[in-house]
Amino acid sequence: MTPGSLPSVLLAEATNPIIRWEWVVEEWDQIWQAIVEHITLTMLAMVLGLIVSAFLAAIALRYRWTMTPITATTSLIYTLPSVALFALLAPVFGNLSRWTAVLPLAGYTLLILVTNIVAGFQAVPPAVRDAADGMGMSRARRVWTVDLPLAVPFIITGIRIATVSTVGMVTVAAIIGQGGLGRLIFSGLRRAFWTPMTVGASLSIILALVVDAVILVIGLWLAPWQRRRKSASS
Amino acid sequence: MPDPTSQPDIAIRLTGVTKEFDGAASAAVDDLSLDIESGTIMALLGPSGCGKTTTLRMINRLIEPTAGMIEINGVDVMSQSAQELRRGIGYVIQQVGLFPHRTIASNIATVPTMLGWEKSRSSARVEELIALVGLDHELLNRYPDELSGGQQQRVGVARALAADPPVLLMDEPFGAVDPIVRGRLQEELLDLQTKVSKTIVLVTHDVDEALRVADTIALMNVGGVVEQLATPDELMRAPANDFVKSFVGEDRGLRRLALNTVSALRFHQGPVVDVAAAFDDAERAISTEGTDWLGITIDGRFAGWTRVNDVSAARTNGTTLADVQRFDPIAQIEPSSTLHAAMELIMSSNSSVAVINDSGNYGGVVTLEDIRRALSSADIETADGTI
Repeated sequence: MTPGSLPSVLLAEATNPIIRWEWVVEEWDQIWQAIVEHITLTMLAMVLGLIVSAFLAAIALRYRWTMTPITATTSLIYTLPSVALFALLAPVFGNLSRWTAVLPLAGYTLLILVTNIVAGFQAVPPAVRDAADGMGMSRARRVWTVDLPLAVPFIITGIRIATVSTVGMVTVAAIIGQGGLGRLIFSGLRRAFWTPMTVGASLSIILALVVDAVILVIGLWLAPWQRRRKSASS
Repeated sequence: MPDPTSQPDIAIRLTGVTKEFDGAASAAVDDLSLDIESGTIMALLGPSGCGKTTTLRMINRLIEPTAGMIEINGVDVMSQSAQELRRGIGYVIQQVGLFPHRTIASNIATVPTMLGWEKSRSSARVEELIALVGLDHELLNRYPDELSGGQQQRVGVARALAADPPVLLMDEPFGAVDPIVRGRLQEELLDLQTKVSKTIVLVTHDVDEALRVADTIALMNVGGVVEQLATPDELMRAPANDFVKSFVGEDRGLRRLALNTVSALRFHQGPVVDVAAAFDDAERAISTEGTDWLGITIDGRFAGWTRVNDVSAARTNGTTLADVQRFDPIAQIEPSSTLHAAMELIMSSNSSVAVINDSGNYGGVVTLEDIRRALSSADIETADGTI
């Protein structure tokens, strides 16, 4: 926002209703397209973020000394201002390329995802590992059939946090012409017209909540043993 | 291929086994040789840091020895891959280590699954094992967190037995459960052992546990040195040195009471006659024993006690032994009872003897003096007054 836009927004507040439903009906195609784009960007960023995080977490778990530099680097990425990052990458990939938006978005997920994946694997009880080894389970088999399933609840938690924050961050990508629902918000701001801003912002919030709930359910489905935990008597 | 030079009844043989950990000042286990007989329970007993767990873990190669050789049924454990070796050895640990994300059935079937058993064979085996360890079939579809500690430990044992390995390694298997459950699990292990006859190596720091479950105890000191290799009774009766004495504690004599059963005593007839006996025989029994009580048996079963005065009165009155008033026996035991139980019964019933019933039939009486004599006769060590 330029400082000059502020007075017009304040002025608009006085003359515009917060939402005009006729506009929503008229522009539904545009809104729907923004939702689809928003989801697409979020998913691409998450998939890319997960792939990179899995790789980084595997390195960190295998070679303990890499944990500190990996955490430091992903933390650094996390602190970069998103507006600046989008602007910086725009000339590299071009405004129209999705990757200009997806790369920074994926970058922001790394810290949360790597931390949670590593924590998940580290939380596997040593006795469980000892028993698996003692029964003659190969290392690869143990990692895929014991360690990974037990790490799932932690990984799911990381994915939930990262996804919700990505849904919010996608809107910022509107400054480079991407950004799904963010575009509605920005166009509303530019025109001092409340309705698109209200629609864009509320849908972004709703989307975050829905996606969070969906991943939560997937997590419970993947870890059924966590649902049935209850104490038993001897 | 079995080694023709090794005796067939030795299941596990350690020869000069040494383990030096990197950076440690001294060896964790130093030149240890140990033979474990097939079908017996060997307890590796000792304080922490004595190398008992290291020794156990070298048998299934979770720790690789620095030097020496370990053979299982004559085969060097290094002659196959560690994973193959371990699939043929049962492994039970203190924290159980059940897979929290798998059902009980799936946990028990871990090794059969790795060995590629058919599903039907594997699930039949699971059913068999859950019954063997005394758990309800319904638990098979539960997850480990839904079970109590004792139940989990039983599942751990079932899982270790799944592929019917000849050898079972148990590392402090009952250390994480409360004393009551521990006692029950120890009993169940002995009961199970009569059915499966495995060669079991059990690591423990608990003297009572070793005395209770082991056939042989290797009492170890720091550096994996075996201070004494003996049966539980021998260890109590004739501790080899001061370390053994101080480790097993001051109450060795009392502990032996729990290790020996009444059947070990020479049964003593006591002042007891058949109900049809002549008064002469009855009075001879009384005078030999010097008691004021006479026991009566009917058809070989103990029927009760009579007062000597009543017996004399009956003789004078011309009635029979059968007419004399009998008092119900208060202290009765089976030959399989421990001396500890016999002593407890004698003391708590405030009588001087307990009647031994061998599956209902009268077997004799046991007195405190009999118990004392039995414990001291075996060894002169008891002459120093430790009993």
